Amino acid sequence: MLTEIAEVVTVKKYGSNTNLIKVHAPGIASKAEPGQFCNIKVSETNFPLLRRPFSICEVKGEHLFFMFDIQGEGTSILGCKKKGDKLNILGPLGNGFNTGIEFDTAVIVAGGIGAAPFPFLLSRLKKKKVICLVGGRSEAQIITYGMKNIYISTDDGSNGFKGTVVQLAERIKDKFTGGKVQFFACGPNAMLKALKQFCMENNFSCQVSTESAMACGFGICQGCPMPAANEEKYYLVCKDGPVFNAKDIIL
Amino acid sequence: MSGINLKVKIGSLELKNPVLLASGTVGYGNEISQFTDLSKIGGIVTKSISLKPRKGNPPQRIVETHGGMLNAIGLANVGVEEFINSKIPFLKEVNSTVICNIAASSVEEYVECTRILTEEDAIKAFEINVSCPNVKDGGLEFGHNPSAVGTITGRVRGATNKPVIIKLSPNVSRISDFAKIVKSEGADAVSAINTLVGTAFNIWTKKPKIKNITGGLSGPAIKPVALAKVLEISRNVDIPIIGIGGIMNWQDAVEFMIAGAAAVELGTVNFVNPNAGIEIINGLTEYCEKINIKEIKEIIASYQL
Repeated sequence: MLTEIAEVVTVKKYGSNTNLIKVHAPGIASKAEPGQFCNIKVSETNFPLLRRPFSICEVKGEHLFFMFDIQGEGTSILGCKKKGDKLNILGPLGNGFNTGIEFDTAVIVAGGIGAAPFPFLLSRLKKKKVICLVGGRSEAQIITYGMKNIYISTDDGSNGFKGTVVQLAERIKDKFTGGKVQFFACGPNAMLKALKQFCMENNFSCQVSTESAMACGFGICQGCPMPAANEEKYYLVCKDGPVFNAKDIIL
Repeated sequence: MSGINLKVKIGSLELKNPVLLASGTVGYGNEISQFTDLSKIGGIVTKSISLKPRKGNPPQRIVETHGGMLNAIGLANVGVEEFINSKIPFLKEVNSTVICNIAASSVEEYVECTRILTEEDAIKAFEINVSCPNVKDGGLEFGHNPSAVGTITGRVRGATNKPVIIKLSPNVSRISDFAKIVKSEGADAVSAINTLVGTAFNIWTKKPKIKNITGGLSGPAIKPVALAKVLEISRNVDIPIIGIGGIMNWQDAVEFMIAGAAAVELGTVNFVNPNAGIEIINGLTEYCEKINIKEIKEIIASYQL
């Protein structure tokens, strides 16, 4: 973990509301693992006051990529960054996806901007069979950047299967074969909750990348509790997560 | 090396410089030590410790507001036993002054926590949290009641020989009345202010953004309020004050010291810039050089009204 003043290289629009920012941050890039995040100060003033947490989307050499939807003040400012601007970045933070376990087939489940951490993860899964399920409310929210072997769902049927991405998983579950299957998921809480249920019913192991409002990103503010499934306690999303085994938490 | 002396005294407690890291914004030191050299910091005030572990409040616990943030963590902490076993060993090694913050639901619990923890050599002083706005039992229930604050102060005073600092609530009409009471009950100092009670709503769901409904407001938004409270105490009560409230940089720290603070605590800024403490200490040295003084303590309560 370190703080690094990173220079913006490019900010590219991807789809209607999604942006991909590339920054030069060699220190963090050399340490980052898939599923980890960075806490980014989007301005040099006290407004907005807090950093904003973003999944690491991709690492290429000394560069980090972050994918984000413009949703509020922080992301609006970040979306306006230009080449050469500086960002104060804290990272890499948290525990990422555990790929050290035994599995043969990875099933990626991404909902909307929940696609963000997967290009980095997939870069580490080149020897595995990979199936990607990508869902969104409508075609405009479908993000397939860096994915492969893709199945799409939209709530309104404007692209691919009409329904949720978990209903899609149910529909195509006979494809989840090829040795031991491991799910990796990121998306809205309702999606993760439904997916956890699906995985438990079908006996699939599932890692979920969660999100929470947070201030510091490294455990001192205690602002991001995640209820534990088997103990009377809260984990912290920033420090114990953001990736958890779905069975360990109450979504 | 400059010849500037940054040492200050809070009652009998000597600090190498006036910059402390506030309770609840530095955990037990281990996480933030990855980003800053704690041995250079004047002191670390631990996350509030209660007799038994506390799980804390359900999410959502924090939300950003204009120039500040609301939190309702709910005193999540490991409890006295775990604190001694797993947190004190680290704190012993940091070579900073460790002040232990205690929170409780009853007078007896404050006394019991203090009695147990005063045996720990690593702890140099106690800060008593009588003003947490986010727990139903204790906290502000005490903090708004002058006689309860007086009783807690007197009883804790009887349980330790180490300096006792009472952390005061700003959510009262005259904070200096509370400072007077704790002084008469034997407190060595007061810290002011704890967070201001606030709330925020989601206009679409019409629900509070924080599950606890209200939270404690901190950050630069509260600095003018905090300064006024420090000044009020300084003008009315002869007791050392530790100033807290929205300090983001050395200029803010200087402002608090001018208003009467003998030392300051940094809170919310630690979340944004975990190295802020050292930057502020460096800034204080430069300020002394600029105004041509040798000792930082000369600026304490140097207001020209």
